[in-house]
Amino acid sequence: MTATQIIQLYVFILAGFVGFLVITKVPPLLHTPLMAATNAISGISLVGSIVLSGGQYGKVSTILGFIAVICAMTNVVGGFIITDRMLSMFKRADSKPNAPQDTTGGAA
Amino acid sequence: MSLLLLIAGLPTAAAAAYLLMTSPTGAALDAMAGRELLVQIVYLISSVLFVLGLRSLTKPDQARRGMQLAALGMVFAIVGTMLNQGILTYSWIIGGLIIGTVLGYPLGKFVPMTAMPQRIAFSHMFGALAATLVGVGEYYHDIQVPGAPGIERFKMAAIGFEVLFGSLTVTGSFMAFGKLQEFITGRPITFKGQNLFNLALFASALGCFVWLIFNPFDVRVFYVMLAVGFAIGILMVLPIGGADMPVVVSLLNSYAGLAASATGFAIDNNVLIIAGALDGASGFILSIIMSKAMNRSFGNVLFGAFGSAVTASGKTSEGLVAKSISAEDAAVQLAYAGRVVFVPGYGMAVAQAQHQVRELAELIEKNGGEVKYAIHPVAGRMPGHMNVLLAEANVPYDKMYDMDEINDSFAETDVTVVIGANDVVNPAAKNDKTSPIYGMPILNVSESRNIIVLKRGMNPGFAGIENELFFDEKTNMLFGDAKSSLTKLVSEVKGL
Repeated sequence: MTATQIIQLYVFILAGFVGFLVITKVPPLLHTPLMAATNAISGISLVGSIVLSGGQYGKVSTILGFIAVICAMTNVVGGFIITDRMLSMFKRADSKPNAPQDTTGGAA
Repeated sequence: MSLLLLIAGLPTAAAAAYLLMTSPTGAALDAMAGRELLVQIVYLISSVLFVLGLRSLTKPDQARRGMQLAALGMVFAIVGTMLNQGILTYSWIIGGLIIGTVLGYPLGKFVPMTAMPQRIAFSHMFGALAATLVGVGEYYHDIQVPGAPGIERFKMAAIGFEVLFGSLTVTGSFMAFGKLQEFITGRPITFKGQNLFNLALFASALGCFVWLIFNPFDVRVFYVMLAVGFAIGILMVLPIGGADMPVVVSLLNSYAGLAASATGFAIDNNVLIIAGALDGASGFILSIIMSKAMNRSFGNVLFGAFGSAVTASGKTSEGLVAKSISAEDAAVQLAYAGRVVFVPGYGMAVAQAQHQVRELAELIEKNGGEVKYAIHPVAGRMPGHMNVLLAEANVPYDKMYDMDEINDSFAETDVTVVIGANDVVNPAAKNDKTSPIYGMPILNVSESRNIIVLKRGMNPGFAGIENELFFDEKTNMLFGDAKSSLTKLVSEVKGL
């Protein structure tokens, strides 16, 4: 193994820890948006797909990469939109009277 | 927080070390290194934004802004990748991005909240397919193109992992999608020697994987592994019932993340590793929470074929009579109740009755009653399913309570209304050792003073188990479709 590969393992394991610490604190209330959000973030495969599709690795790789870009981009766009849609529905009982305050958040 | 900084710093450190090791002198090469450094910094920013986005989900009032930051992180990652020196042609990429946007927009904008479980399963399939295709493409490029550079063991292991986990997630998610959309039966499908057969498949996939690490040029083995991966996905989900889908969908979420992470190892890209690891951790935690809420181990969910052998055990309802109640009488009970708790279940989702629930709750509140919603972790078909449906119907989230928060207050509740929930309120989980759900944590509905159960008929719930709550003397059954029953209740309460 090279030094870069060791560092990759470090990054993976520490990111896993961060994920674990952060996600154990997410309340059950938001577990569905969490799934939608991680789904959108898993669209990060897009990075790999773009490199494969644009790297002139040959026809087969370009086409595989092209399909992968479509799949990953679908997840990115659909995932972030649906997460936002869901989160916009979660409101507190006391936020209803303060409607003006709420709409500024909604418009963003 | 310090851990966060540490992890954020690592990719830059890696990039810096990489630059130190690889950059020889010379102006042209320095310019290249500058571009590479920029790309790495952009990736670093995206990684931090992803972590912050997920962290924002711990607080409902900050979640939306946080996820918008995460979306910005994704934009950074895409732009950063486009700057990559290795990219020579842009036409295919831009075409793919446009098609993906056109497909993704309606999937995000118009899919109804009731279809959320299948929508999520469906997109796991897309994510995993992307990872799998990248793995195959990388392998093909490194091995099969004439004059290819070959492949070293570490990279082969990463690609192998990526393709194996990716392929089984593609078909597994498709099966989960089918079961949730109900074009594949939600009942477990079993055959003789199934577990042994699946185990053999797992073993052969693992064999291919190890073989490839040492003999990466054995192209046929690679494609056999790919095919076996697809087969495993189908066969793994086949024996799992619809009610166990929360665990499966979470687990597939985890696999899709791990496959993305493996892609990062294969193409030496830290943002992929980090985002994939975050997803992997998230899915893994969710599936553990779900299994715990069903009092079952992973192994039991995956290999137990729940519901197939159940009918033999558990108490029967012979000799017991359930009392039914008319909508008028139920309305009287509810209209003058001081404390009311609603317990929604999958039945509410099927009947799409969440709006009527909220309407009824508002009427009770108008009469001076207090209304809460009690939500079991595995109610519905995915983690948090009920919360999203109620939120869609404008129920404020501070009225939704988790099982642990509300279980002690059922004793002080005047009326508990169970809407299409069954196993999660079955007292057999507490007091019947022969019951297959014995030991599963449940909502203590039976402690409340009065119980109204909205149900279509007397047939048992998804797990196929009789529910003695329905025969409790405090319980009244209001038979009929949840939506029309609730509509009746609303008009009756209004008329009082």
